[in-house]
Amino acid sequence: MTAPGPHVPRIVAAGDAALVVEFDERIDPSVNARAIALAEAIQSASLDGVRDVVPAYRSVAVYFDPLRIDFDALVQRVEQAALMPRTAPAAARAPIRVPVCYGGALGPDLASVAAFAHVSEQDVIRIHSAGTYRVFMLGFVPGFAYMGVVDASIAMPRHATPRVRVPAGSVAIAGVQTGIYPADTPGGWQLIGRTPVKPFDPRRAEPFLMQAGDAVQFYAIGREEFDQWPSA
Amino acid sequence: MAIRVVKPGMLTTVQDAGRWGYQARGVPVAGPMDLVSHRAANALVGNDRAAATLEVTLLGPELEFESERVVAVTGADFDLAVDGKPARINAPFLVASGSHLQFLKRKKGTRAYLAVSGGVTTPIVLGSRATHLVSAMGGHEGRALRAGDRLPLGPPHVNASSAHAMDAPVVPLPEGTVTLRVLRGPQADYFAADALDVLQSAPYVVGANSDRMGFRLAGPRLTHSRGADIISDATPLGVLQVPASGLPILLMADRQTAGGYPKIATVISADMSAAGQLGPGDTIAFVACTPREAMAALIAQERALMAIDA
Repeated sequence: MTAPGPHVPRIVAAGDAALVVEFDERIDPSVNARAIALAEAIQSASLDGVRDVVPAYRSVAVYFDPLRIDFDALVQRVEQAALMPRTAPAAARAPIRVPVCYGGALGPDLASVAAFAHVSEQDVIRIHSAGTYRVFMLGFVPGFAYMGVVDASIAMPRHATPRVRVPAGSVAIAGVQTGIYPADTPGGWQLIGRTPVKPFDPRRAEPFLMQAGDAVQFYAIGREEFDQWPSA
Repeated sequence: MAIRVVKPGMLTTVQDAGRWGYQARGVPVAGPMDLVSHRAANALVGNDRAAATLEVTLLGPELEFESERVVAVTGADFDLAVDGKPARINAPFLVASGSHLQFLKRKKGTRAYLAVSGGVTTPIVLGSRATHLVSAMGGHEGRALRAGDRLPLGPPHVNASSAHAMDAPVVPLPEGTVTLRVLRGPQADYFAADALDVLQSAPYVVGANSDRMGFRLAGPRLTHSRGADIISDATPLGVLQVPASGLPILLMADRQTAGGYPKIATVISADMSAAGQLGPGDTIAFVACTPREAMAALIAQERALMAIDA
């Protein structure tokens, strides 16, 4: 284990086949960027015995086969990667623009978010679609991106009791987080609209719409455009 | 070249070594609950370890073979029959074209693995054939088998009969309380100083609402020291996450890739296959161990597996 310092992340074992590199304990784009950069550095080192590298909000998990790589040796390699001067970040991908049909049957919680914020439904749409959101991490189900930061005025907490079934494509808010449900699943977030694009489609050449670190913008479309959206 | 499902059993799924490499995109690993028995079954029929097997749960299936195959069943101790005649568990045997393989009475354990020479060759999704039930991914149409399903098979091996039968199963089947060894962390510092002792103070019972995602455990409650929420991070196999109730959940093959509860300890890799043989009502005694013991146990298990194809 490494003593935590101002710029040295803490490395902890998570059992005998995974380790976690922890950065500052807060949800913050700059902390998240460090985690993603480290994940990329470890990934590109293609270390023998490393099975998966998984960045999260403020940490990176490295899954390994303990019969193929020794824990201490892996810690050393990860520390080297963490201390390496950051190469100029690859040209940031252009923001991903996501069409959303807000409100009505497709966004059953838009009215309550408006009531929560003491503004009109149109204001909620304007505020939600004005932001550029960062994909902090993916999780929950394949292709689900945890995005933020949602404007505090419309940051309504999740439902106390989750819905049994949230339809795929639902665009939702939970506090300062926003996300798109890639599949029909249970879920407790506030549903403000629905997108016709699929965050995850295993039959697509690129199955995932997003990766950690991406920027995302939402824009409003009408019901007719939603219904006629070409399903790729 | 296929298997036809006559009766599906309670929960029979296609599994391979798991869907590694996509957790950063939120894709769970899935794979066998008892990886060691899955590997042993493959070794007994001469398959390489990447081949897909069928994971059988509690109540086994009846399967019709459309071509002659060498097969082997490992893991949970089932009585087996081919066209009504008894067949042996933990050893390769031949099923003739048109014959029916039946899983009969289960005597011990929860999950059995059926390997077929050539492997089950359902479509590969993101590098794996493993079924993940919640996201309906992999396996046969992303779900548990149903009557009438046809499962494609790969070309059989000619040297399948060279493998040895196992003297004893590599994975111990539950009898009374099962001991699972744990390593402290990754978030032991989110708990009261005595929490790791409390975890080891009395057995935990696997709850009825336990499944391939995780086992909900009833037993001594663990006290958080810094609240029950963390900033979400990765959830490895075998980790014990503890929500506000103080009752741990042991995360299993179909776990989500990340979670927001503190994790007090992690079951060692060498004991996870024994954990995979547990079902509702079984009891677990957690015992802390050292990384050195964890490694020694894993090496011993690997040696036992290698002896099968020796």
